[in-house]
Amino acid sequence: MPSGRKLKEIFFETAIRASGVASIFIVGLIFFFLFKEGIMLFQTQKLSGFLFGKNWYPISEPGEFGILPLISGTILVTLGAAVLSVPLGIAAAIYIAEVAPPQSKEILKSGVELLAAIPSVVLGFIGIVTVVPWIKNTFHAPTGLTAFAGAVVLAFMAMPTIVSIAEDALYSVPKTYKEGAYALGATQWQTIWRVVLPAASSGIVAAVMLGIGRVVGETMAVMMVTGNSPSMPRGIFYPVRTLTATIAAEMGETVRGSDHYFSLFAIGIVLFVITFAVNMTADLVVHRKRK
Amino acid sequence: MRTLSPRLTQRIAFSILFAATLFVILPVAFIIGVILKNGLGAVNWEFLTAMPRASMREGGILPAIVGTFCLVAGAVLFALPLGLCAAIYLSEYSKDSRLNRAVRLAIVNLAGVPSVVFGLFGLALFVGFFRFGASILAGSLTLGLMILPVIITSSREALDAVPGSFREVSLSLGATKLQTIKYAVLPHALPGILTGTILGVGRAAGETAPILFTVAAFYLPRLPRSIFDQAMALPYHLYVLSTQVPNVAPKIRYGTALVLLAIVLLMNFLAIAIRSHFRAKKKW
Repeated sequence: MPSGRKLKEIFFETAIRASGVASIFIVGLIFFFLFKEGIMLFQTQKLSGFLFGKNWYPISEPGEFGILPLISGTILVTLGAAVLSVPLGIAAAIYIAEVAPPQSKEILKSGVELLAAIPSVVLGFIGIVTVVPWIKNTFHAPTGLTAFAGAVVLAFMAMPTIVSIAEDALYSVPKTYKEGAYALGATQWQTIWRVVLPAASSGIVAAVMLGIGRVVGETMAVMMVTGNSPSMPRGIFYPVRTLTATIAAEMGETVRGSDHYFSLFAIGIVLFVITFAVNMTADLVVHRKRK
Repeated sequence: MRTLSPRLTQRIAFSILFAATLFVILPVAFIIGVILKNGLGAVNWEFLTAMPRASMREGGILPAIVGTFCLVAGAVLFALPLGLCAAIYLSEYSKDSRLNRAVRLAIVNLAGVPSVVFGLFGLALFVGFFRFGASILAGSLTLGLMILPVIITSSREALDAVPGSFREVSLSLGATKLQTIKYAVLPHALPGILTGTILGVGRAAGETAPILFTVAAFYLPRLPRSIFDQAMALPYHLYVLSTQVPNVAPKIRYGTALVLLAIVLLMNFLAIAIRSHFRAKKKW
């Protein structure tokens, strides 16, 4: 008969072991429940019509569930955000990791952490009161609620991810590489450009991928500033609707068990698969290098 | 064309890098400045402690503050024990590197799942399958799942940073593995675990998408009575005020944004303070 203490140990060790693998279980559970609800859409709709259909009219009779406009909206906003955030983010990471004097380094790092901490709904709000009117006035657009506004706001959500992960990649370049370059008479910039950056390239690629992954999955800020127009995007200065915003904006109005309800879960599967692929690839890129 | 001298090239390159860094950092100051400037006038005792009136165009934001507090407390109650145990498993128990890698990949993926997809999952599992309905319970559990990766990762780093000799000494004195973890490892990892938990709290307090369909009430001018009640929440309230209700005085919007931002940034400052305090005191 085991003693009370022994029983207690067995109980806690079991709990610890179970919690250890809980993350795998949860990821499986998320996929299962998205799939369970999302798959129901394809009892009445074709998969090709869902992925490549140009019309998103979920509440007309009969409803049309083509998510191509939403995918295009997501791609447009994401590309815009990437064009803005990738060069700035990498440049800032280089400055913070290699150039900045030690005192200002800590301040700059805290600044990036603060940017990462600002809730997306607050960024969306700031977008509405500053970026949106600015776009309307500067580019004489009929409305400032455009894909471009989404790209600007999302760029600031991607930057902290890009900066901090690229910074880690730069730090992990062995010091001897730099010392070797200096010994050959290279300037600090030549060393950064020719030695440090190539050595850190895989980590920087991962940083960019994870930043873009964050943009694809962002919901509130993008919903607040892009104007919510679920038709094929006509350009960067027109309203668009992303995949995430569609779920957030429409789930409240759906009837549980309707095609509309199922279609939003099907969009959830698409998002889950995209971010899953991005994260797996980024992880692979980082770890291939470590070997 | 002559090429630039290396020294001049360096000066130009560093100037560009510096300008880019300013472009990333200055907006943070701008955002905080704009919200402070316009929001401070709105925040007073009544704003913090009164119910909203006149379809949220007047009065205060008390139910949203209380709702967010309940949701965050629930999320931590759920995620901290689970996350801490998971971190202990990864750091102290697991030897099988294949399983270890699978768990790590799962955590990476969990951290990357879009917040609105967590909302869908919460809707399907907690609201639907478990029949909790749209409630504080369902919202807390959904938020808890979302901050789980933050807690696991930071707790694990804290545990890994405790020197192996601490464990060896404890084991050599005849302590069991669990006693070793409890008395020789956990106390030293506590600051790191606390930092991660507080960061998780800040994140949970600011998230909107996961609570949209699992708990958030558009307008509910009373305090929640049980965990099966719907509740208002600060981030959702800010969303509603700024996009769904016409003719809200800007002051009220900025005031709500200020309260939310203050809570989230306070959590982050607290985490940074704890981290640097214990880093300075560290003896090994």
